Amino acid sequence: MNRRELLASSLAAPIGIGFSGFPSLGFAQKISNQDRVLILVELKGGNDSLNTVIPYANALYAQYRPTIGIKQDEVIRIDSQQGLHPSLAPLVPIWEKNELAIVQGVGYPDPNLSHFRSIDIWNTASKSAEYLSEGWVARGMKNGLQAAAGKAFTSEGVLIGINEQGPLAGAEAISLRQTESFVNQSRLAMPAELAANTSFAHILGVERAIVDAANGLRGDKYAFKTEFPNGGFGQSVQTAAQIVAGQRGKAGVPVIVLSLGSFDTHVNQPGNHANLLKQLAEGLAALRHALTEVGAWDRTLVMTYSEFGRRARQNQSNGTDHGTAAAHFVMGGAVRGGLVGQAPDLARLDSSQNLRYTTDFRQLQATVAKGWWGVNPELVVRGKFDLLPLLRA
Amino acid sequence: MQILNPMSARHLLVRTGFTPSENELQAFVGMTSDAAVDRILAAARQNKTNEPLPAFINGSVFKPQRELSQEERQEQRRAQILEGVSLKQWWLWEMLTTKNPLAERMTLFWHNHFATSQQKVVRSVAMWQQHQLLRTNALGSFATMLRGIVVDPAMLIYLDNANSRQGAPNENLARELLELFTLGEASTSKAYSESDIKEAARALTGYSIEPETGAFVFRPRIHDTGSKTIFGQTDHFDGEGLIDLILKQPNTANALARYIVSKLWLEFVSPTPNPVVAAQAADAFRQSGYDISAALRVLLLSDDFWAQSNRGSLIKSPIDLLVGVARQFQFAVSTPEVLVNRAAGLGQNLLMPPSVKGWPGGVQWINATSLLERKRTTEQIFSIGNSMNASSLGMSFDREKFLKQYGATSEREPEPVVKGKLAEAMLATRQVTTAVPSGTVGSAYIRALTLDPAFQLK
Repeated sequence: MNRRELLASSLAAPIGIGFSGFPSLGFAQKISNQDRVLILVELKGGNDSLNTVIPYANALYAQYRPTIGIKQDEVIRIDSQQGLHPSLAPLVPIWEKNELAIVQGVGYPDPNLSHFRSIDIWNTASKSAEYLSEGWVARGMKNGLQAAAGKAFTSEGVLIGINEQGPLAGAEAISLRQTESFVNQSRLAMPAELAANTSFAHILGVERAIVDAANGLRGDKYAFKTEFPNGGFGQSVQTAAQIVAGQRGKAGVPVIVLSLGSFDTHVNQPGNHANLLKQLAEGLAALRHALTEVGAWDRTLVMTYSEFGRRARQNQSNGTDHGTAAAHFVMGGAVRGGLVGQAPDLARLDSSQNLRYTTDFRQLQATVAKGWWGVNPELVVRGKFDLLPLLRA
Repeated sequence: MQILNPMSARHLLVRTGFTPSENELQAFVGMTSDAAVDRILAAARQNKTNEPLPAFINGSVFKPQRELSQEERQEQRRAQILEGVSLKQWWLWEMLTTKNPLAERMTLFWHNHFATSQQKVVRSVAMWQQHQLLRTNALGSFATMLRGIVVDPAMLIYLDNANSRQGAPNENLARELLELFTLGEASTSKAYSESDIKEAARALTGYSIEPETGAFVFRPRIHDTGSKTIFGQTDHFDGEGLIDLILKQPNTANALARYIVSKLWLEFVSPTPNPVVAAQAADAFRQSGYDISAALRVLLLSDDFWAQSNRGSLIKSPIDLLVGVARQFQFAVSTPEVLVNRAAGLGQNLLMPPSVKGWPGGVQWINATSLLERKRTTEQIFSIGNSMNASSLGMSFDREKFLKQYGATSEREPEPVVKGKLAEAMLATRQVTTAVPSGTVGSAYIRALTLDPAFQLK
């Protein structure tokens, strides 16, 4: 048996059993900050939270959603009040392993209902009436994460299939659809040591970052046993897993952003939404499987986000309009599973008939800053926010 | 004063318009800088447009939302956005064909300054009306434009003023009017306070639109007629009174002039204003009764504008890049659609700025994604030729004719002196890459120059 076959046979071993190629790390073992990976999953368009994490026992739920509501007997119950959309079945094993936290009622004061504006607010961790250009992750980089790495990251972040820099705006991030095509395109970059002025220096810095990222991402693809779902999101998940696997032992890529959507379900929501949630759940389950396979699950934190949730009452078109607070998923080998925070009160809607948020989204970001990166959270979210018990000690 | 050589003529034309063709450039060589600047300003003030106006401006129908079902609303929205697309395409044609590029650049400057997005406004005719307001006054009176903005339907919708009423004023328009449109951030300008914003919002209550026609309407019944204290003055101010205060109070007038000039500086001169020259331009601006050309004239004739150290110190916007390539190389463009879409893909979607702050601009135009996309785009544009694969961009140009101007041909590697001329014509500052492989023939040599980092500068 040559080395390759040995590797293949050990990969066939059941998930969770460590093997010599990639010993799985107990979380008790010190994982340094720069080995950790944050995978953000943007649910583009505003996910309908009430049909994702469902308050099935509340009579108002059925009343608000006479035709698009999920029937009680179809809900996957997670406690006496809340349950999951049936399409989320692939997440159940993760929930049962206590590696999935569901943060309820996430939003912010004075909510803005424009897709573009609200996602900017999330991405930059700004106040509702404040316009910032730097992403919250980029602030994390500058305020400690970069320095903690000790050496240059392959790239400070990779956005997969997304052109806007979002939470990485202002960081040395790249976006790509597939690693190979990015590495190939990097031939267009021409770094040089010369800078007559600040604009020129900036461009040359970006040229250099492209080449560095391409050099760091170049190399053989890891051959996963994990099967990834078909479709765009499944491919993005596969690319993310490839990057994590390929960066082992390097300073690597600390942040990866994926996106799925559109969740903007104004019309005929049920079928579309079920399909999107299925892609999400299958993708996330495959991601866990793959990262467990390479022993990286304990150093990976996955977090969903979305510009807003949707209106409590369904509209006239079997859909839902732009809303406010929403539940979000946080998962990983280091996550302390369970429901976190308060579900919004269905009986106490705001003046625009929207849910009142109970957890500020900046609490999630602050928790990542402090708990995952070891960075002062106040510099990342620009203020003091209570941290959430998302990570195991 | 100086006599323009090809390099300085190029600099003036790139900065006040788009990258010039060799013919455009030669028309300015030998002129004095004063004469050249005055000629450009005078031509742009006429602001004549070339292309037939978009058809929708006379035929667009917008029904009030409350009369429509959800499906009809979505259908109406789609139709309005498509009309907006025809406005973008019309505007891009103007940029490609205009003889007064400064008029287009300044219209775009004001679109960025009074940034309004059709994503929220939806009404195409309102976007057109605002475009006309900005275009008409682009090099004229800032005061007139500002008075127009507070009664501009698109702006009233965009900044939530249409429903602002006594007792529940919406502060959005008032805040941005002071912070983004006139005085700059409170901490920098020190010309107003949070309470001025609240009082200004009361003055603007009742400035609304007619849902049927989309026209501006003043609604006395929801206007707050009470007395307000703004910038230390107390009176029953309305929106016009508020604008008068901003324009006439010495403190705010100074802050306004400084703020607008600093934005013009970043657009036309360099990333770092010279306070002495900027103050001269601000004085000229205020003393002329806010004549935009007067401020711009001071900047364009300043030593800072012509300084070698400021050449190539600004980053081309996506529109600069694409329109500049089309104009310099005299591309025949079959439809502006592709260029409009490419500019959007590179981060500059006309009529849809990302927020009321406009496009962040400057170094923020360039990140790893946008830089590779810029290079892929120019590479594609200049791949036109035998394979015809670039016809997907709907553009072609006469390579021999272009190269001949510099003594080159498409089938031979240029002589060193010819290479130098090509680089001077295409780059605002010195070439970085000496990496163009020897043996690269004329047309491939052009393509290689577009990949040089310096090609992103102006």
